[in-house]
Amino acid sequence: MAVLSYLEAIRETLRQEMRRDSRIIIYGEDVGVRGGVFRVTEGLQKEFGEERVIDSPLAEAAIVGTAIGAAINGLRPVPEIQFADFIFPAMNQIIQEAARIRYRSNGAFHVPIVIRAPFGGGVHGALYHSQSVEAFFAHVPGLKVVIPATPYDAKGLLAAAIEDEDPVLYFEHKAAYRSLKGEVPEERYLIPIGKADVKKTGRDVSIITYGLMVSYALKAAEELEKENISCEVLDLRSVRPLDVEAILTSAKKTGKVLIVHEDNLTGGIGGEVSALIAEHALFYLDAPIVRLAGPDVPAMPYSPPLEHAFMVSPEKIRDKARELAQF
Amino acid sequence: MADNGLTPELMLDMYYHMALARAVDDRMWILNRQGRAPVVYTSNGHEAAQVGSAFALNRGEDWICPYYRDLALVLAYGMTPREVMLHLLGRADDPNSGGRQMPAHWGHAKLHILTGGSVVATQDVHATGLALASKLLKDGRVSVAYFGEGSTSQGEFHEALNFAAVHKLPVIFFNENNGYAISVPSRKQMAVQDVAARAQGYGMPGVIVDGNDPVKVYEVVKEAADRARRGEGPTLIEAKTYRFVPHSSDDDDRAYRTREEVQEAKKRDPLILFEARLREAGILTDEKLKAMQQQIKDVVNDATEYAEKAPLPDPATLGDHVYGSL
Repeated sequence: MAVLSYLEAIRETLRQEMRRDSRIIIYGEDVGVRGGVFRVTEGLQKEFGEERVIDSPLAEAAIVGTAIGAAINGLRPVPEIQFADFIFPAMNQIIQEAARIRYRSNGAFHVPIVIRAPFGGGVHGALYHSQSVEAFFAHVPGLKVVIPATPYDAKGLLAAAIEDEDPVLYFEHKAAYRSLKGEVPEERYLIPIGKADVKKTGRDVSIITYGLMVSYALKAAEELEKENISCEVLDLRSVRPLDVEAILTSAKKTGKVLIVHEDNLTGGIGGEVSALIAEHALFYLDAPIVRLAGPDVPAMPYSPPLEHAFMVSPEKIRDKARELAQF
Repeated sequence: MADNGLTPELMLDMYYHMALARAVDDRMWILNRQGRAPVVYTSNGHEAAQVGSAFALNRGEDWICPYYRDLALVLAYGMTPREVMLHLLGRADDPNSGGRQMPAHWGHAKLHILTGGSVVATQDVHATGLALASKLLKDGRVSVAYFGEGSTSQGEFHEALNFAAVHKLPVIFFNENNGYAISVPSRKQMAVQDVAARAQGYGMPGVIVDGNDPVKVYEVVKEAADRARRGEGPTLIEAKTYRFVPHSSDDDDRAYRTREEVQEAKKRDPLILFEARLREAGILTDEKLKAMQQQIKDVVNDATEYAEKAPLPDPATLGDHVYGSL
């Protein structure tokens, strides 16, 4: 089986899907000739032509808004927003249009689009090239928000997102693009959106997380094994819908829950996950739920010490998990 | 008639839809004042612009992306008065939204009337996107975005025209300029006299047309549609018109325009002008007009009665159609 980077897995999936279905088009800023600023779409315009891989004008609301129209008239657009931080000019089109069209038309129209966007920090991207924006969208019924943690998941979740009949936001962590590698089957497969995945089983503490933080949590868990602390790592895979059953199962099993995300703490996914556990599994808990998240500052600063202080790291996860295990 | 393709029958049909829209509109206001309809948005005064443009399109095949002013447009595009009244009264069988959207938020999948939200100019970008698909799929369709002049202050108006022009998409941007965005006059909306002047900045033709003349509107829209279908790209059309009544049933236009101004504008009421023209051409006679007025009265009565008796949505359906599948 081929070993691919996270980025290659996404590119090869786009290629495979575009070969399979001629209705799929890609567009966004610099995605054509340049192959995207991260090279995710490199080579695709050469293979599929300028009509299907389009260098669009630099205007995010138009990128998403035209994707909505194109989807309704029969295409399967997979637009790219160059950085998740740049998605905000398109917020109205995503939230008020894409997410509400099925509902407001009583099912007469729907919007099968996949909006891809690189997100996350730790890459010296400063305030406007580092953000985690998933919580804004996870709040919105009508949207699905997918954040793969491995190359294998990146493929299966992207294929499922493209197959989905509703708008899906597909967030790719920039630091994962080249650092994460793994085996990816050549044949097409779908990973159902809304199903979490136990990336490591454990007895003492459940670490519930998603995206790049899954690999950080696995590193922390590996270290804690040496101290005879057994962590379970649950990868949510999508933050909307949440896999409530998987969350509760893991919480009930270990009785101790650490929720980790890079996005800032207040109003983040961790709040929702902990509310679900508090509502449905409180009496299984042996310790208060702990959240480890980015701090409540507006966004990630540039200078290395500040950036480092913002980022959640394997060490921070390890220390919190140890503390919780010893509670 | 002339070589524009408008036969006397078509002209008569145009007049019928203009008069029908005015009658439906009038009835909606009555229902509102009687407390039977919570809110009404009007097309009163815009009928020629809307009906003229609809007749120039391949109705039911080309896409239209209307805004809340477009009652006459959707009627001319094939929505029935019954469907309009179901929508007004929030009934379960409203094809626009199943009673979910407030009135005048049109959308009819079978007729290719795209569903719209309330934030203005969002539909401009959708029309561009529909046209992007048409270009790739070579389906021969033209898409038309309809919008007021106030919404041309929005960024998405600019984004839509720019995108469409760069990619030479088969789309028409149809502005119904009635001089007011609710209360704000167009001189406070833009520093140019004409919306159409903006077309130059995007590299597309900008056309001004008398929005009270359905034949002229028909002709310019037909030309723009032909141009679009030939692959020559988008056109911005500005139909100059006037709204004879307040913005909505909750508005009072005495606050921002004089009665004299409104009375003056009514001298160019598109219904009266077109009626006179059709009479002059011998297309419309007293007899025909009388029969048509009776027909319209019956249709509007039927629609009102039908919708009032129609069932409301079941509260149990509140959670339907959030997703196709989960």
